[in-house]
Amino acid sequence: MTEKFLTRMGDGERVSLTAEEIREDLEAGNQDAAQRGNIPALSSDELDQLFAIVTDPNRITAVRPGREVITTDDGGANMIVCDKPDGGVGLPMGYHNAVLAFERLCCADTIGVGHYDYSCKPVKALINYEKQRYYMYSQAATIPLIYGTQPNLGVYFQPDGPFPNATELIPAGKIKEGQEAQEAAAEALIEDLIYIAGELYDAGCDGFNFDTCASAGDADFYASLTAVEALKAKAPDMAVEVGMASEFVLGMHSEIEYKGTRLAGMYPTEQVKVVEEAGADIFGMAVNVNTSESFPWNLTRAVAFLKATVEVANIPVHPNVGMGVCGVPMLSVPPIDCVTRASKALVEIGKADGL
Amino acid sequence: MGDPFGMTTAHVMAAGMCGIRTAGDLVAWMQLTRRMKIDEAKQYVAAKLGISVLDLSNEEVMHQIREELDIGIISGPADATKGVAARCRIAELLDISIHSVNIFKEKLNAPLTPIA
Repeated sequence: MTEKFLTRMGDGERVSLTAEEIREDLEAGNQDAAQRGNIPALSSDELDQLFAIVTDPNRITAVRPGREVITTDDGGANMIVCDKPDGGVGLPMGYHNAVLAFERLCCADTIGVGHYDYSCKPVKALINYEKQRYYMYSQAATIPLIYGTQPNLGVYFQPDGPFPNATELIPAGKIKEGQEAQEAAAEALIEDLIYIAGELYDAGCDGFNFDTCASAGDADFYASLTAVEALKAKAPDMAVEVGMASEFVLGMHSEIEYKGTRLAGMYPTEQVKVVEEAGADIFGMAVNVNTSESFPWNLTRAVAFLKATVEVANIPVHPNVGMGVCGVPMLSVPPIDCVTRASKALVEIGKADGL
Repeated sequence: MGDPFGMTTAHVMAAGMCGIRTAGDLVAWMQLTRRMKIDEAKQYVAAKLGISVLDLSNEEVMHQIREELDIGIISGPADATKGVAARCRIAELLDISIHSVNIFKEKLNAPLTPIA
């Protein structure tokens, strides 16, 4: 009888695959990344390593001693106290306690904090409270404290914001109007990002995470890059991490450029170069999970993108390993067999500088 | 890393340096302040501590070093240095500029202006 190995689909469903089926998926994921990203495919040795990680009979796995990396996160301390829609566990405790628990119970290398909503726009009205919170936590925490927010250009459009909604204008054939709306919204977002981060800098903020950049497409990415550049001039001693929303920058505007480079259609190897040019200190790569493909397929694809990105990057690369990205299944409670396998593969084969 | 629901712990245990248990925060500071990639950051910190790179994530070695240097330890005893005071010592140990430390020291050392 042919031996089968327990693994999962991209949506987390547990499946049993033969060695041949797993190797086929590894190769298919590898080729998909190479073709889409125009990057080198992983070698046969690297695919063998991936096969060993995927088929490890233990429930969880880990990197070898000495291969550990740094962890940064998108408001990790939030998760202890916030509610289900944000992935939180809703513990009835104060945020201050959550920050210290993240340091001394979760044993992360850095602590991510942020506003409960996490989008940039709502923070502006509450910036004094956010500064107070950051200051208080910073007095008590020993490890680096990073304030995170999602640029989230989408909330600047009607009905949530003041600008005409590009996603309504474009399908109506009003392309120019849609582009102008995005450009105007981007300018407002840039102003807000610089204001928020600048205020936190005054309170002693050591790190600022632009999280889930380009979630609303290329104009969203443009706003983030422009804000990073301005911020590094205004607040040079505050580290900036730029985490992406996906592997591919959607061309919602399609023509917007950053320093002469068109942003639409960029894959991680190109994204990291403009992020570097803007002056960011850490790049958070994201590769989306295809729920219809297997975990081996998705993981290989993420590792291939990561390895190519790390090779061209001059700054540390921390692949995003949240739900539905970089191999972690799109399931609200991600199975730790896949979570730990993704960690190991991305670090040992993809050469991640952190997660 | 990313959300949700307790997944952070799995990533930290599988591949993280484990922060204040070992030298995780020290290596993180080098990425944040000097943009060092992981190998360079580890080598820098290991040289400053006079230990091997392998021992940076070795609790048996790092807990004692942290205790002796008084730069914050996982158990956080009341009479040990922690928080911004520990970060001041870490900045000096690693010979780096940490913004929150600079702000803290500015306020601490600012001259007392007499009331007119």
